[in-house]
Amino acid sequence: MEWYLPLIWAAVIGTAVAMYVILDGFDLGIGILFPFSKSEAERDQMMRSIAPFWDGNETWLVLGGAGLFVAFPRAYAVLMPAFYLPVIVMLLALVFRGVAFEFRTVSRSKTGWNIAFTIGSTLAGFSQGVILGGLIQGIPVSNGAYAGGTFHWATPFALVCGLALVTGYGLLGATWLVMKTEGAVQDRARAHARLLLFAVLGFMAVVSLWTPLSIPRIAERWFSLPNFYFLWPIPAVTALVAFMTWRWLEAGRDVPPFLATIALFLLGYLGLVISSFPYLIPPSLTVWDTAAAPSSQIFMLLGTLLLLPMIIGYIVFIFWLFRGKVREGESYH
Amino acid sequence: MDFDPVLLARLQFAFTIIFHIIFPSFTIGLSAYIATLGVIWIRTGNDAYQVLMRFWTKIFAVSFAMGVVSGIVLSYQFGTNWSRFSVATGNVLGPLLGYEVLTAFFLEATFLGVLLFGFKKVPPWLYVMSAAVVAVGTSISAFWILSTNSWMQTPAGHEIRDGVAFPLDWFAIVFNPSFPYRFAHMLNAAYLTTGFVVLAVGARYLMAGKNIAEGRIMLRMAIGLTAILAPLQLILGDQHGLNTLQHQPIKIAAMEAHWDGSKPGDFHIFAWPDEKAGMNRFELSIPKGASLILTHKMNGLFPGLLSVPEADRPPVKTVFFAFRIMVGIGMIMIAAALLGAFLWWRGTLFEQRWYLRVVAQGWWMGFVAVIAGWVVTESGRQPWIAYHILRTADATSPVLGATIAGTLALFVLAYGVVFSFGIYYINRLIAQGPRGGDTHEPANFSASPISAARQEGREAIQKGGS
Ligand code: HDD
Ligand code: HEM
Ligand code: HEM
Repeated sequence: MEWYLPLIWAAVIGTAVAMYVILDGFDLGIGILFPFSKSEAERDQMMRSIAPFWDGNETWLVLGGAGLFVAFPRAYAVLMPAFYLPVIVMLLALVFRGVAFEFRTVSRSKTGWNIAFTIGSTLAGFSQGVILGGLIQGIPVSNGAYAGGTFHWATPFALVCGLALVTGYGLLGATWLVMKTEGAVQDRARAHARLLLFAVLGFMAVVSLWTPLSIPRIAERWFSLPNFYFLWPIPAVTALVAFMTWRWLEAGRDVPPFLATIALFLLGYLGLVISSFPYLIPPSLTVWDTAAAPSSQIFMLLGTLLLLPMIIGYIVFIFWLFRGKVREGESYH
Repeated sequence: MDFDPVLLARLQFAFTIIFHIIFPSFTIGLSAYIATLGVIWIRTGNDAYQVLMRFWTKIFAVSFAMGVVSGIVLSYQFGTNWSRFSVATGNVLGPLLGYEVLTAFFLEATFLGVLLFGFKKVPPWLYVMSAAVVAVGTSISAFWILSTNSWMQTPAGHEIRDGVAFPLDWFAIVFNPSFPYRFAHMLNAAYLTTGFVVLAVGARYLMAGKNIAEGRIMLRMAIGLTAILAPLQLILGDQHGLNTLQHQPIKIAAMEAHWDGSKPGDFHIFAWPDEKAGMNRFELSIPKGASLILTHKMNGLFPGLLSVPEADRPPVKTVFFAFRIMVGIGMIMIAAALLGAFLWWRGTLFEQRWYLRVVAQGWWMGFVAVIAGWVVTESGRQPWIAYHILRTADATSPVLGATIAGTLALFVLAYGVVFSFGIYYINRLIAQGPRGGDTHEPANFSASPISAARQEGREAIQKGGS
């Protein structure tokens, strides 16, 4: 049990992070695409497509953070100081984009909060990518505490990961708009999605080559035998999904491109997990090194098993309630 | 330049958490008020209540957004600012925060969507129920976070191994000795805070001679509520203090600026505690007053500050004055609420312009009292971050002082901007009033709950529908 618990928890938190990336990904993506819209009415329509969901989406981020604190306090205590600046920049960015939802409509001129929404969304996505990149590269630890400086994370690789995630969120946002809107907004989103798809594939290729070339432990994981026999389908399936996304976009389909983009994200995520597992803090701390007391993990696991299905239930309810397309100049009612 | 990382980490945390608590103090109470209005509307069919409900929902939306984003900041700051604290107490506190997310945050966030956007999508009962669910969610959130904080004050149900706390008895952890008192006192504080805001807004309308019907409803509901809750807060606070005397006697000594435990304590109406000299200057006191309150005996004794070394004493001035601010406001609230109830009973409530003028200015009282109360609680716990388990100075993260100073400056700047705009917008929504939207807003559509709500309010009034 003591051996399985951290694994179960790694799976729970992994799921929360994946949920976050996908759900908040599409609404951050709307912010990233904001500057390319043509009128205030279009921006209203874009906002309206995510307004009932964004708060719930962002709650997965809180669950990810709190989950880490619950299940792996030692990892939490290393990660937060290691990424002090990117984490705080991300939080402040989320503050501005979060209040922009409400402030934008009560203020006389929307321009200021449009800008805040764009910059906040973009910066939040960028910081998350940087954190991810820094994590893949590894974090210096001594005596169980972070042992690097303020800017240890700031490497070219991490910055590329930041750009990659912004692009990825942009793609999620664009395909979401294809699914949830119509008219000019949808047409433009479709065009953006095609461009962004190529950019995302480019970034995926760069990251997939860069990591094994610069980090021997990752090269070893992927290219040693017999691992390679089991792992080669991942890039192959990714290529296939990307191709289908393209086809569906070309064919003018509404829903499939969004679902396929989610699949792309999950495949990329799977690749990262394979590269780093079982390290929570590569290259030194595993899920077992950082786990909380078994009693704490069990206490929380019971609640999670009971509550998570309920939570999923009412999240499904709200997505169902606000299903269908948001039309131009239409209010919810 | 010399940056003290501990001091800066504390300043940064204090700043962000004080900013955050402003919004829960209001949203916990306001969500309950909105749900109450909804229930009355459904049961009586009186549309005035529906108009009021939609009006307060707009204001709620703006405050809630600020509460959410500032709360997300906090949940990460345990790690960024207090990573050693996270390691030492994570086994115990982690699950409490985890349960808060699972039982409260998802619930609030999801049903908020229905409350803000679902008016025409769901039947009225489901709409009002969503408001009630949001209200329940905020209280559940308060339950867990206050349990967390109370465990830091009065830890129980755990054992310490190698400086790390391990859980033994979850029931004892969640319901630790100070938790019931803190939960009751804080929840009541939130309702009072909201009550005085509603009272002020109602009074403001009556003074200006507009929205008369709604203003009267607000005034009556607010006075009915606060006339009961304000005196109750005194009782809850008194019980809370007695509990603290049992578990954190030095905190009480700091609240009362009581130095010498071998003599009965006076109640200082004013004093200037001199921490170096270990005594008070300029005392204006009721002899033996503190002994009477705390021990219920004229000559009862309770520990003084001098009974522990200076390094184990909290900052006396901060605790002492913050306590006086809170209790002072509490007394003013009692007076204002009871006076209002008296005028209501006499049937002259709506004519007494001097009374309306005064309470119209009093919207801020709850917020200041809440902040003062937290400063008492948290500063009074010093130098411990988790009482007798871990000192604040040993709890910090390995982060440079200069980094913390830089981000502190960013927080001050960002929150300053957000807060100023937020207050300005809320004030403007209030000035527009419950039916304000229809006079100067064209029928435009927008993504926001605010304009959506305004739209609906208008349509409902015209009984037209879209
Ligand atoms: C007495 C109540 C209370 C107290 C002491 C705190 N909070 Fe809070 N918090 C709430 C009551 C609340 C709430 C009523 O549930 C909020 C306020 C407005 C809101 O949107 O929900 C909230 C929101 C909120 C959120 C956003 C939830 C979401 O995504 O919807 C987070 C992450 C936190 N809080 C975290 C904290 C932390 C880490 C605290 C202490 C260190 C803290 N809160 C103190
Ligand atoms: C309920 C959950 C809370 C937790 C877990 C918590 C935790 C902490 C921690 C870790 C510190 C830093 C140690 C210190 O410098 O004192 C602190 C300080 C502080 N907190 Fe809280 N706090 C909570 C609630 C609040 C709330 C709601 C307020 C409201 C304003 C508040 C006000 C303060 C203040 C003013 C300080 C600074 C005290 C000082 O530095 O002397 N706390 N708290
Ligand atoms: C009327 C007389 C009041 C008394 C005697 C009183 C008493 C107390 C005491 C003794 C504490 C410190 C508890 C501790 O940490 O050990 C406290 C904290 C607090 N008070 Fe009051 N209080 C009063 C009024 C108010 C009012 C009017 C408000 C706000 C509307 C308020 C809000 C708070 C808050 C938010 C805290 C911090 C949380 C907690 O520890 O409960 N209090 N109060």
